Amino acid sequence: MNAPYMAPADTPVRQVTITIDGEEVSVPEGSTILTACNEAGKDTPTLCYGDTLTPKNACRVCMVELKGSRVLVPSCSRKVQPGMEVMTDTERVRHSRRLVLELLGSSVDLSTTPRIPEWMERYNADPDRYGERAGESLRRDVHDPGEHHAGNGSIAATMAQPDKIDNDLYVREYDKCILCYKCVDACGPQWQNSFAIQIAGRGFDAQISTEFAVELPDSACVFCGNCVEVCPTGALSFKTEYDMRAAGTWDESQQTTTTTVCTYCGVGCNLELHVQDNKIVKVTSPHDHSVSHGNLCIKGRFGYAHVQSREKDGSS
Amino acid sequence: MDLKFSNAEPFAEERDAIDRRLGGPGEDGWDGGERDERDHRSAQTSLPAWSRRHLVLEALHAVNDRVGWISPGALNYIGKRLSVAPADVYSVATFYALFSTNLRPKRIVHVCTDIACVARGSKEVCEGLEKRLGPAGAMNGWKHSPCLGVCERAPAALAVEAGDPPHEHLIGPATVDEVLLALNNGPAALAAEAPPVMAVPQAGQEGLVLLKRVGQVDPESIDDYLATDGYAGLRRAFEMGPAQIISEVKDSRLMGRGGAAFPAGIKWESTAKQPATPRYLVCNADESEPGTFKDRALLEGDPFALIESMTIAGYAIGAERGYIYLRGEYPRSYRLLRNAIEKARERGFLGANILGTGWSFELEIRRGAGAYICGEETAIFNSIEGYRGEPRSKPPFPFEQGLFGKPTVVNNVETLYNVPLIMQIGGAQYAKIGTEGSTGPKLFCVSGNLVRPGVYEVPFGATLGEVLKLAGGVPQGRTLQAVLLGGAAGGFVRADELDIPLTFEGARANDTTLGSGVVLAFDDTVDLSGILLRIARFFRDESCGQCVPCRVGTVRQEEALLRIVHNHGDAGAKGRDVGLLRDVGLAMKDASICGLGQAAWNAVESAIDRLGVLKESR
Repeated sequence: MNAPYMAPADTPVRQVTITIDGEEVSVPEGSTILTACNEAGKDTPTLCYGDTLTPKNACRVCMVELKGSRVLVPSCSRKVQPGMEVMTDTERVRHSRRLVLELLGSSVDLSTTPRIPEWMERYNADPDRYGERAGESLRRDVHDPGEHHAGNGSIAATMAQPDKIDNDLYVREYDKCILCYKCVDACGPQWQNSFAIQIAGRGFDAQISTEFAVELPDSACVFCGNCVEVCPTGALSFKTEYDMRAAGTWDESQQTTTTTVCTYCGVGCNLELHVQDNKIVKVTSPHDHSVSHGNLCIKGRFGYAHVQSREKDGSS
Repeated sequence: MDLKFSNAEPFAEERDAIDRRLGGPGEDGWDGGERDERDHRSAQTSLPAWSRRHLVLEALHAVNDRVGWISPGALNYIGKRLSVAPADVYSVATFYALFSTNLRPKRIVHVCTDIACVARGSKEVCEGLEKRLGPAGAMNGWKHSPCLGVCERAPAALAVEAGDPPHEHLIGPATVDEVLLALNNGPAALAAEAPPVMAVPQAGQEGLVLLKRVGQVDPESIDDYLATDGYAGLRRAFEMGPAQIISEVKDSRLMGRGGAAFPAGIKWESTAKQPATPRYLVCNADESEPGTFKDRALLEGDPFALIESMTIAGYAIGAERGYIYLRGEYPRSYRLLRNAIEKARERGFLGANILGTGWSFELEIRRGAGAYICGEETAIFNSIEGYRGEPRSKPPFPFEQGLFGKPTVVNNVETLYNVPLIMQIGGAQYAKIGTEGSTGPKLFCVSGNLVRPGVYEVPFGATLGEVLKLAGGVPQGRTLQAVLLGGAAGGFVRADELDIPLTFEGARANDTTLGSGVVLAFDDTVDLSGILLRIARFFRDESCGQCVPCRVGTVRQEEALLRIVHNHGDAGAKGRDVGLLRDVGLAMKDASICGLGQAAWNAVESAIDRLGVLKESR
């Protein structure tokens, strides 16, 4: 079971010194190697890591070499211990990072994942070398664990499948899903406690799913959108964003972000209103905010239509 | 918890099956899964139910055993009884290959297509079934299965009929007619299963230690067990006390027999030293490594010895409860173990105040449901706790935070069977058996194209050739092509390497592994590339899907092998694909969370580098 996210306490903690690529770095006891890497100015790629969630270390793109360890270790979750010698750019590290990027790139649509082109170039990844990609599968929600159709190897299996559009608030494009578990953890015991989604199936056929893949309105989903907030690849997105991308009008360079306080109740969650062409196109929440930690409810997240009412009498 | 369920209701027999396992309405949680007015006024009912999350897998078994699949109504009912969200129950149900969340017939035959069976005619059985029943698939009544652990009687099959009670029957060697009989008339119509002794050609021989009772005693009789030195180890252990038991096990230098070869005494000591309680003992009887069937031979031939061994181990580490995690495909072991636990309890060898010592110990069997990964020492915890059998990341290690987050020892079945002997003769004496680096007797699962396949016991130190000779070698007129050591996660060796000593240090020195003790011989009639494809298929099917290197890497590995096998002739393409296999293999080995992914490329790598299969072309 994952431990719930805890904000750092104000009490002073002991510093732990480790070396990263030969240079000494000191970080508070209990920090992860990733924190130390950041401290040392090492730019470490991460995908499944979330600043408001317990590390799941599922994507394995942040792996580093640790002296004395038989295998590489995930920097996002391994805690520092005094005297650790960590290497972040050895041949083994580069190889693993390259392969993780290739394996994901060959099976998942990473077109809306931030920084992917930069990392692909840095690690010399070539996702195309695994062959022609399989087209949309209509059977990704049918689970026969322990079985699969093998084919003859000429087509590379992918996550490709139809987008799930079953409500007006957010869309699920699971062909962009890297199965990082962040949405599951945000929906479950770490934040929302709605337990609407989980991983179903096993191995490559695993898929984020409601029970029997029922549509979201029939599930326990409360449409808080906290899963959308943590999704690292754009597999979960506001319906507004999805529609604008489809229409070719989504343009982040034309967007402004305004931080404000939600007006619905007295809790004081902060909102970040993303505005394009004088219209709110999506709502996020600052992860470091002491009240909401990036979380909102359905009203704060999606209840902004009235703001955009252009008529004086309130009708839109 | 405010859980939301659909309107789907369980059928009467589903409800009955679940209630029988979880206790009737009112014994915990919501009354029979219904919320009444009292529940709306108080939240106290959900906590007792919630604390029984670990029964999710058991409840799923109950339904699956009774009706053959898990309907939305049954799923809801399990969720309501245990206060678990339906999406959570669904995620567990869809993790295990023996469960189905799709409607299917009550009778299913799982036909083993794994490496030991494919070397002995399972392909022909499958071709025959395809003609008579149509392609493999639940709706046609038969499915392909990974290794069923009946390699000595290959090709094997497991016939299952849901009902009250369900019937399960391991068939071996399986024929098309027998499978059809099981489907048409039910598994009960099949001839009785071969006796356990059939797995042990050495049965009755002088000098056997681990296998001494197999075939010589009635596995259902505790009197037989007591008459053959049974419980002498426990009595000796009670005289010594926990600290000395641990020190004897350390002196014995007993290494784990499940594949990782970790010193058992160190494991026990570090767990016993933990201040946190309760501590747990888990016996890993999820024997699923292809080609492995030694634990089944022990459990079916001498089940009481496991109960005694676990009682000693539990006493040593200060555990009050032990779990036997038994693979779901071993129906006879399940029946015999249940009987053994019951009999031991009746006679005061288990339960409260054992043998008047004041110490109490309970044992519970948990059945797996078709997931190789659950034999991983942390996945086994998640599975027992009612979660998906996904490995946890280490650290923390099991001795710090294991089952239910408490200090836990996980031991393989065969490892535990050594414990009564160590108690009786002492650690130092035990350490004289075998070699310096590998002490004690060892079981080998010898199968494939051999005259007398079976489980063989030898003191550590025998060479590969000697073990193959025990099994009669390859049949006359054939020649040995290669041997797979350690199972699908192990590696191949050549036919000219028969002098490799089958010890931990001998295997290491020869750059191979003993793994779980698999010695699988292939003669010249076997198509090794087909074996490699089966291994690749196995890892893809059995990957839990948690981490990217294994989830996608096992897929790309299988695809590359398929291309190589189908592209004979194109040297350039083959070279590229072998290069790709190496790249993917290294990443799986270096960056996967657990041993499954880390070992998924071992066999293929050894086939390329050691056997010269799939020779690289430049």
